[in-house]
Amino acid sequence: MRARRGEVAIERALLLLALSAVLMLGLIAVFIFLQGLPIMVKHGPGSFLFGTRWAPTKGGFGLLPMIASSVIVTLGAMVIAVPLGLSCAIFLSEIAPRRVANFVRPAIQLLAGIPSVVFGFIGILIVVPLIRNYLGGPGLSVLAATIILGIMVLPTLISIAEDAIEAVPRPYKEGAMALGCTHSQAIFGVMLPAARGGILAAVILAMGRAVGETMAVIMVIGNAAIVPQSPLDPARTLTSNIALEMGYAAGEHQQALFATGVVLFVFIMLLNSIATLRVVRGDRR
Amino acid sequence: MSRGAAMGRRAQILALCGVLLCLCSSVGGCGRKGHGRALVLAGSTSVQPLAELIAEHYEVEHHGRPVNVQGGGSTAGVKAATDGAADIGMSSRKPKDEEKGLDAIAVAVDAVALIVNPANPITDLGREQVAGIYLGEITRWSDLGVEGLIGGRTDAITVVTREEGSGTRSAFEEGVMGKADISSRALVQDSTGTVRAIVASDPNAVGYISLGMVTNEVKAIAYNGVLPSEATVRTGAYALSRPFLFLTRGAPSPAAQDFIDYALGSEGQGLVAQAGCIPVGGEGE
Amino acid sequence: MTRWINVEVRHRIVVVGLWSAAVTTLAVLALIIGIVLWNGVPMITWSFLLEGPKEMGRAGGIFPTIVGTVAVTLLAILVATPIGVGSAVYLTEYTSESPLTRVIRFGAECLAGIPSVIFGLFGFIFFVIQLKMGWSVMSGGLTLAVMILPTIMRTAEEAIKSVPESYREAGFSTGATRWQTVTQVVLPAALPGIVTGIVLGIGRGVGETAAVIFTAGSSLHVPTSVFSPARTMAVHFYILAREGLSMSHAYGTAAVLVILILAINVTANWLMLRFRAKST
Repeated sequence: MRARRGEVAIERALLLLALSAVLMLGLIAVFIFLQGLPIMVKHGPGSFLFGTRWAPTKGGFGLLPMIASSVIVTLGAMVIAVPLGLSCAIFLSEIAPRRVANFVRPAIQLLAGIPSVVFGFIGILIVVPLIRNYLGGPGLSVLAATIILGIMVLPTLISIAEDAIEAVPRPYKEGAMALGCTHSQAIFGVMLPAARGGILAAVILAMGRAVGETMAVIMVIGNAAIVPQSPLDPARTLTSNIALEMGYAAGEHQQALFATGVVLFVFIMLLNSIATLRVVRGDRR
Repeated sequence: MSRGAAMGRRAQILALCGVLLCLCSSVGGCGRKGHGRALVLAGSTSVQPLAELIAEHYEVEHHGRPVNVQGGGSTAGVKAATDGAADIGMSSRKPKDEEKGLDAIAVAVDAVALIVNPANPITDLGREQVAGIYLGEITRWSDLGVEGLIGGRTDAITVVTREEGSGTRSAFEEGVMGKADISSRALVQDSTGTVRAIVASDPNAVGYISLGMVTNEVKAIAYNGVLPSEATVRTGAYALSRPFLFLTRGAPSPAAQDFIDYALGSEGQGLVAQAGCIPVGGEGE
Repeated sequence: MTRWINVEVRHRIVVVGLWSAAVTTLAVLALIIGIVLWNGVPMITWSFLLEGPKEMGRAGGIFPTIVGTVAVTLLAILVATPIGVGSAVYLTEYTSESPLTRVIRFGAECLAGIPSVIFGLFGFIFFVIQLKMGWSVMSGGLTLAVMILPTIMRTAEEAIKSVPESYREAGFSTGATRWQTVTQVVLPAALPGIVTGIVLGIGRGVGETAAVIFTAGSSLHVPTSVFSPARTMAVHFYILAREGLSMSHAYGTAAVLVILILAINVTANWLMLRFRAKST
């Protein structure tokens, strides 16, 4: 009897722990929204989402340049990361001999472990001068951020995509090859389409990572609050906007930064929901 | 391990977790105001090197009282002093009207120097010209009389500024821009070091930093015909000067007062000169 | 005949393309690590590791930042591990799939996707200001704990799930309660996997900058209590590199960081291999 009551207590305690993740998420959401929504309501969400002037100490709260930059930089990073990453994923699961794969996989994980400030630093050291000297512009630009971000999200994309490809049942590939396909025809014609749910999830999660990256971006993008009109223009993303001004913002300015956080938060939640739904649907097959 | 011991261990871990959580919510305030705890300074990144230098020497003289210096920018310093997050806020500009209510003590005077790349032949710029550059109206070095290219692919001026909460920026805006806004196309960097680094590596760059931070990687130019130096600042001939302030809410605590006295004393003022700033001219107050 | 040759050729080209992708990725990695280690390793001497910084980091060593990193990360692990493992135990052992478990997992997934700057924002307002902890190891550690919680939860869940049912059945058949079975049979069996998750969490925490700089502060003193501010190596590197105070010291700090991450990753991988070997 006593053991039974003890069990129930333990179960309750563990439930509490399990709910803590959700609780923390809720707490963070509440905090951000509590601080950020009032000012959005006061000035109208339209002026936040579509306004072009960001001068928070003078009443200008237009986030459009930052939203545009975040979108452009993220999409650009995907243009780099998806072909390269997907190729690596295919390479690891289908082409590489076991010993090579066992070397390459940890190496890619190592790339994931490198702090973002180191990436930003390498960006300043190598990428920015290269762009300035060979392509033009100040070097601190959308292009620089795109390249650095693309490299940074590679490990996430590769490992999830690799899992998705590995999960494709062997008969799919064997059947295709038995019918006379070459290995690559089997991969591209049969396995990738079969794995597309997981691959899409990989891309979306990588996108989330790219949107949320802060330190590396701040160091190489120039932080000019404009809508970039060429990849060589400087720009400012939503995350760098927050990080740049957070330490000292007060009053309405601070609330405006939280409003930026709200926009970011909603965007990331959307991305994650899509990715999670995708993975779940993929699993059910 | 016996059953009882395993259960006990688990319970202990859970209890520890609970204790930790309780600790953080209730005892949070205890660590802050107390005996023998460190003095906290926070604020301007321009004042920071000076404050750290003074702190280093102060600690040697007054054993047992550690001093912690944070950055964040002048406005962050004002906020930290007001919130009580710091004992002394550091600011490199005069408090704004809405920030009155803090006691301000000037520990040094500093000049804001305009810097260009050493390869740039320009040696002097007038107020109209600087304002024109930062407004985005003057966009080419050739408009300022520079023949040919300085070193980049074009002669487009790369404009570098500090972030909005920076005291250096405020001093610059007050002295040069008046009510006009700095162009949103300007590159925004959140520290003196990065402004200097960009100007040092980009031949077309122009920026402004604290005089004490000028090194021979960059070239300080004359403003309205006057080169910045201790002499010209004292006489007022060099127009862009600002005080380095220690801010406290109300009268400083005894510990803070002790530190301030040290900074204003002959040793402290000697360190001010060593840091490349200008002593306040009084030998202790 | 020609068509067959064409198809084979295309396959070759694809294989070459895929190999180049892998080589390019590795080359990038080698470049980054190479630059950091090449410039930074010469800086690593015993005095660099054991002395404090002088002249704001232009000279001297990085000892306080090493202590700061250990303190903040250790606190984060101490808080996140019981919560993460406990949650994983609950999800796998005490319930079956239900809307509640889906909500919990969704919560953890979303938590994992939140940008670090928002954690910094939250941690600054909540821990530093609201709870009056100030810039401290405590604020930084707690913020970091929330960040790595999903990682630990996920890996622990995977590890516990892969313990064979037969283990549990053996436990129950001796009359043990569920809790006893979990703690005596399942958890020990899942331990390598759980430890892998912890190691991965450590790796993430050590490299984190945005969330830490706004919560743990950037004091150059060795933290003397959990309420002292502390500077981690990642933050120190950022400040040095950004201020341009001393590039050689920045490289040195980065080199120590990278070597640490390398060591952590190698350990994690070795543990994972052991774990996989054990459970098959």
